[in-house]
Amino acid sequence: MNKKIIRNIVLCLYALAILLPLSIIFFATFKDGTELFQNIAGLPRNFSLDNYYKIFVEEKFVVYFLNSIQTTLTSVFLTLFFGSLAAYFIIRCNKILGIIIFALFAAGMMIPPQVNMIPLYNLISSFGLKNKLTGLIIANIASTLPVAVFILTGFMRSIHKELFGASKVDGANEWKIYSRVVMPLSLPSLSATGIFLFVMHWNDLLYPLLFITKRAKKTVPLALLDFQGQYVIDYQMLFTGVAIASIPMVLMYLFFQRYFIAGMSAGAVKG
Amino acid sequence: MRASKKIGFFIIPALLIYGVFYVYPTVLSLFYSITDWDGVSPAFNFVGLKNFINLFTNDTIFIKSLTNNVKFTLSASILQFLFSLGLALLLIKNTKSNVFFRALYFFPTILASVSVGFIWTFLYAPNIGPIDQLLKSLGLEWMIQDWLGDKSIAIYSIAVVKAWFHVGQMIVIFVAGLQAIPKQFYEVAKIEGASALQTFRRVTWPMIAPAATIVVAYTTIQTFKAFDLIYTMTRGGPNYSTEIIATNIYNVAFRSNKFGYAAAQSIIFLVIIGAITFLQFKLVDRYETN
Repeated sequence: MNKKIIRNIVLCLYALAILLPLSIIFFATFKDGTELFQNIAGLPRNFSLDNYYKIFVEEKFVVYFLNSIQTTLTSVFLTLFFGSLAAYFIIRCNKILGIIIFALFAAGMMIPPQVNMIPLYNLISSFGLKNKLTGLIIANIASTLPVAVFILTGFMRSIHKELFGASKVDGANEWKIYSRVVMPLSLPSLSATGIFLFVMHWNDLLYPLLFITKRAKKTVPLALLDFQGQYVIDYQMLFTGVAIASIPMVLMYLFFQRYFIAGMSAGAVKG
Repeated sequence: MRASKKIGFFIIPALLIYGVFYVYPTVLSLFYSITDWDGVSPAFNFVGLKNFINLFTNDTIFIKSLTNNVKFTLSASILQFLFSLGLALLLIKNTKSNVFFRALYFFPTILASVSVGFIWTFLYAPNIGPIDQLLKSLGLEWMIQDWLGDKSIAIYSIAVVKAWFHVGQMIVIFVAGLQAIPKQFYEVAKIEGASALQTFRRVTWPMIAPAATIVVAYTTIQTFKAFDLIYTMTRGGPNYSTEIIATNIYNVAFRSNKFGYAAAQSIIFLVIIGAITFLQFKLVDRYETN
């Protein structure tokens, strides 16, 4: 009996350690600068949406938000598309070539982006892709293809070989086998990988910091970082930015929680 | 063989993008690391291993960022390991309340490092910040510190943030490992009259060792790569006390324009990460064959 009480106290204390900071930040977005420090943890006394108005209208946060959405969705979609094509190639081509290609991609998981960011920066500049979302998308795809190929190949290997033979007999070409047979079967691993990639690309700071200097092309995390210099003590403004930046993730988390946890831990184990 | 000819097209897009924008720059990094290139001028000299020698003999900031990295990695790993294992042991069964707690603890994982950095910069704010105010109201003024401004503790303050950020993710990995342990093992331990501690040491621990290895290796690699969080919270300051290798490479390359020198640093970084990953695979392999 005592054990159970201690267990519950521990669990609730840690829940508080998670919830308290988050609620402080969320309530702060409805407060002004003076109230924030007088009434840190409480509900807002004069509930106001001024901070949101300021961020959306004066700071043009919508632009950053759309940039982030465009970059993230395109990066995730293309990484999954190219990654699944590569994974299909690996399981279908001759064995030795498959092993070599797989090892080449798997090795990339070991290389942190800081290792090649300097030459990558020059490369992106020389292609004229600085301050372009396309540059960001290409860098995103290149850096996450390894983990995508790794997870998707692992999954596709578990598909029964007879399926391919049967489809062949029915006269299907490789593209048809890939798109009509393998892709539908791979949906669980595609969605898990997709969620993992979505979180990574949406939250990434390094590549935008390297490639984007123009205001009109900034993504949400980079815009937030610049806010920090601008609103040194206006924490409520920073937090409004944080709240808006988190909305897509929170919504996705609420709706796809199970896939989320599965996808993020698959990425942790393999990435 | 005929099949592989027809599907050659399938590998082209991935190979092209990955080859040109990830593998090729990595090779170039290796090449730059033996030059004194500044990143702008067209001319540069080959300096052999001079960059590497300078890093270890002449560069107190690099050595400092290495030591900081070790401090950060050790403290964040220990915190993350103890909290996630401890909480996972309380949350093994899939009851409704356990699923809720796991989902709640996991929540910070989905936030951006920049967001988490802001949240905790505020929590740590001197005097006016919530942590200091809480300590005051509890009559614990003596515990108040300049959490991010004091050179001797700033790196540990960020390690706490790192743990808060990712404990929930590690709990999921531990719970999966714990649920895979057959119930009979515990029944046998019970029949033989083993104490809770003995049961943990003889039954639980050996069975979750692979999960533990993954958690430790993942944390280690993540703390080495914690660029976003540290860059947001302190930019490596005060006085380089929170500078880690990842932030140092960025600063040397893009603030001091020493591209060749920073490339040499990034090669050392690659070797360290490679060694940790290799060790992880070896350990997990050993547990799985046992």
